[in-house]
Amino acid sequence: MKSILAALALTSALVAPSLAMARPVTLTTTLNTYGGDGAYLVLYVTDAQGAYAGTLWMAGGKSKYYEHLSDWYRATGGDLAQVDGITGASVGAGRSLKITLDLADALFDAGYTLHVDAAVEDMRDSPNDIAVPLTTAGAGKPAPGRRYVASLRYDM
Amino acid sequence: MIRTLHRWPGLLALILVMALALSGAALSVFPAAERLSTPQAEAGLTVADLAGRILAAYPGVEQIRRAPSGRITAFWFDDGTPGAAVIDPATGKGIASADPDPVKRWLTNLHRSLFLGDAGRIAMAIGAVAMLILSVSGAMLVARRMGGWRRWFAPLRGPASSRIHTGIARVAVAGLVLSSATALWMAASTFDLLPDGAAPPTFPTEVSGSTGVSLAAMEPLSVIAVTELRELSFPYPGDATDAFTLKTDRGTGYLDQGTGELLAWAELTMWEQISETIYMLHTGQGAASLGLVLGVLALGVPAMGVSGLVLWFAGRRSRPRLRGNHPANGAAMILLVGSEGGSTWGFAATLQHALTTAGQHVHVAPMSGFEPARYPQAERFVILAATWGEGQAPATAKGFIERLAALESVPEAPLAVLGFGDRSFPAFCAFADEVGSRAAAKGWAQLMPFDTVDRQSPQDFARWGRALGAALGIELTLEHVPTPPVTGRLTLISRGDYGAEVQAPTTILRFALPEATFLQRLTGRGFGRFQAGDLLGVLPEGADLPRFYSLASGRRDGFVEIVVRKHPGGLCSGQLLALKPGQTIRAFVRHNPAFHAAAGRSPLILIGAGTGIGPLAGFIRGNSRKRPIHLAFGMRHPDSDFLYRDDLASWQVDGRLARLTTANSRGAKPRHVQDALRAESAELIRLVHEGARIMVCGGRDMASGVAEALTDILAPTGLTPLALKAEGRYAEDIY
Repeated sequence: MKSILAALALTSALVAPSLAMARPVTLTTTLNTYGGDGAYLVLYVTDAQGAYAGTLWMAGGKSKYYEHLSDWYRATGGDLAQVDGITGASVGAGRSLKITLDLADALFDAGYTLHVDAAVEDMRDSPNDIAVPLTTAGAGKPAPGRRYVASLRYDM
Repeated sequence: MIRTLHRWPGLLALILVMALALSGAALSVFPAAERLSTPQAEAGLTVADLAGRILAAYPGVEQIRRAPSGRITAFWFDDGTPGAAVIDPATGKGIASADPDPVKRWLTNLHRSLFLGDAGRIAMAIGAVAMLILSVSGAMLVARRMGGWRRWFAPLRGPASSRIHTGIARVAVAGLVLSSATALWMAASTFDLLPDGAAPPTFPTEVSGSTGVSLAAMEPLSVIAVTELRELSFPYPGDATDAFTLKTDRGTGYLDQGTGELLAWAELTMWEQISETIYMLHTGQGAASLGLVLGVLALGVPAMGVSGLVLWFAGRRSRPRLRGNHPANGAAMILLVGSEGGSTWGFAATLQHALTTAGQHVHVAPMSGFEPARYPQAERFVILAATWGEGQAPATAKGFIERLAALESVPEAPLAVLGFGDRSFPAFCAFADEVGSRAAAKGWAQLMPFDTVDRQSPQDFARWGRALGAALGIELTLEHVPTPPVTGRLTLISRGDYGAEVQAPTTILRFALPEATFLQRLTGRGFGRFQAGDLLGVLPEGADLPRFYSLASGRRDGFVEIVVRKHPGGLCSGQLLALKPGQTIRAFVRHNPAFHAAAGRSPLILIGAGTGIGPLAGFIRGNSRKRPIHLAFGMRHPDSDFLYRDDLASWQVDGRLARLTTANSRGAKPRHVQDALRAESAELIRLVHEGARIMVCGGRDMASGVAEALTDILAPTGLTPLALKAEGRYAEDIY
């Protein structure tokens, strides 16, 4: 479990002005046994208009492969500053990635959507493998992904 | 220096390099197999045609990829489930699973990271560095050994493990350099050390907003051939702001899904192109044949690893362990050793021990490693050198004369040269003498006059040691006890006597083969492995110095056989000629690969006189494959010393011996063997043209007479015995 204080690389508008306006959120991403090497995953948020708002976590250490996370790459232009300090190892098939972050209250029930892009070597790229709206009501309910992601849930 | 650079990476990274080579060789098969099993697109098929066929078969298609092998894979999403298949371009339909091959994935992960992630990648990169250092230093060693880069593929001589090691290396080294250098590039790329990252174009801010253009109406897709395609991604269904993404051999671009126009395009950067080419060269993906060749060459690595290890052990074994050998860069006294069988090393060890005890900083090294720059503190040099053959450099002094000649200036520290040899040979200490006179000619100051040690005499050595002590101003007592060879007991089982009537009593002695332990057989020590042409060292009663006789049999024959002639007053030959069946001698084997009847189908011309027929008879006896062997044999009188007479007759009948010519120096038509050769000039020239190897065994006078005759005989062909020697096609065993 990775616990990181403060609201990380989210754009300044979304960073909570004080910790009192943020809450710890645990994101759990579970992968299918898709029969390949470890997957690169990126968790990021778009706003109500579908515009990129910020990145929550990058699982995968080598930036040369980030172009295969193609929606995220398209939105950010591959800007490494977006994942500075929030990068971890890639996630093996059948394994779970669990991260805990302090997210600003303003992210919830305001039309923001949490996305996961995934990519595996020698297999298809899977941009937008899953997209779930961030709502307080949706907390604790796992949502199924499309290819590599078996399920994604967030708990507050 | 180069040898050190070759040895240590080899020993330390042996396992790593072998793992890399074996997994790499196994992986090299996959691109070729994929290429062969993949249906190729028909000539002129465009991306639009192909995408249309696939779209008809799989309406939910999201992405089409083409591998360098030509294999086309489609990915689709229908009714909420993802699907993928390898596509037949002719129909657009799936023909095979697109799942990655688990065996290939396992091998790939082993090959690049030992399943250990980044730590394993770094370990394997170090393995690739070791492989590159080994390849480059090995190539330099091969060039030095062969006598220059131009003689790269000249015939090899020497013991089997050395021939195997060098023989494989000179074929495989180019492939190994390519594989290891490209591996390092790829490792650097993986760790983001190269600016070769992808640079796709920025996604356009404005698209037409409409959708539904037919593939055929998309201009770029209908002109690009499938062979250029890498990837075509379809826009998300229902998202009018998305676009087609097209990747080809040349770059990446976006196509509008309403108009089919090219919205943005970026060419591959030069770095990307270089990295892709290197990836292709390393993996064989897109160059399957090259991949297979590299894979086969990589298979040479385990063989070189094992033979290299054997060479290293053999090298260690043949020299005594030196206690407290001072490092080269701090030693005041540099002791260089030129040894063939290892006995001169024994003397060097005694000298080193005595000098070190006297407080000197001594560094002992083989003469072949001579490099003045390595000895900045040197105050004195001493060279102890044996001689090989007729004045040639012994094994550990190869290349010394050439290095000395190439020096711009000799060291300022003075030099003493001590030669080791046997006065009964005309070329007594000839090599050491040449070293001394060449050093003097170069202006190298003399520490002591040139001196010699005859037949490993401890007295000669002690006398020289006192003189050296006087020159150094120290008391130096050298008490050399030669390391006795490990002998076995051989029991005589039969003997055949000849030549008494012509005052040359000669006998063929056949001993029972001693039992060899499994370890001896495996390592070739003791009587575990020997063949005709090797030497039998016999220790006579009452003497410590062995006498050597050429073996007339190999281990496979099941007995140990030598031919001995009685020398007037000879201690050893006298004892051997008096030996009765059941009695025993003390003896050991010394390998002599320079005089083996190397394997092959080319003819052999064997020339011998007197007891010199011994090893030659052994070659004929072992010729079960019936390569053409011609024997010219000189004796005194056919009624008295026609050695192996009956055997030769039966070998002629069963085809082991193609032709026998004899010459006898007494009796009706007296002539020497060289005269017999002259009478058969035409036949000899024909055989030499067929690639025949000439092997001469016998006394010194006979050998020089034969060489002279052959020089005359071969003159019209432009060949000389010397030129044949350089090719390894003229071998002599002279006593």
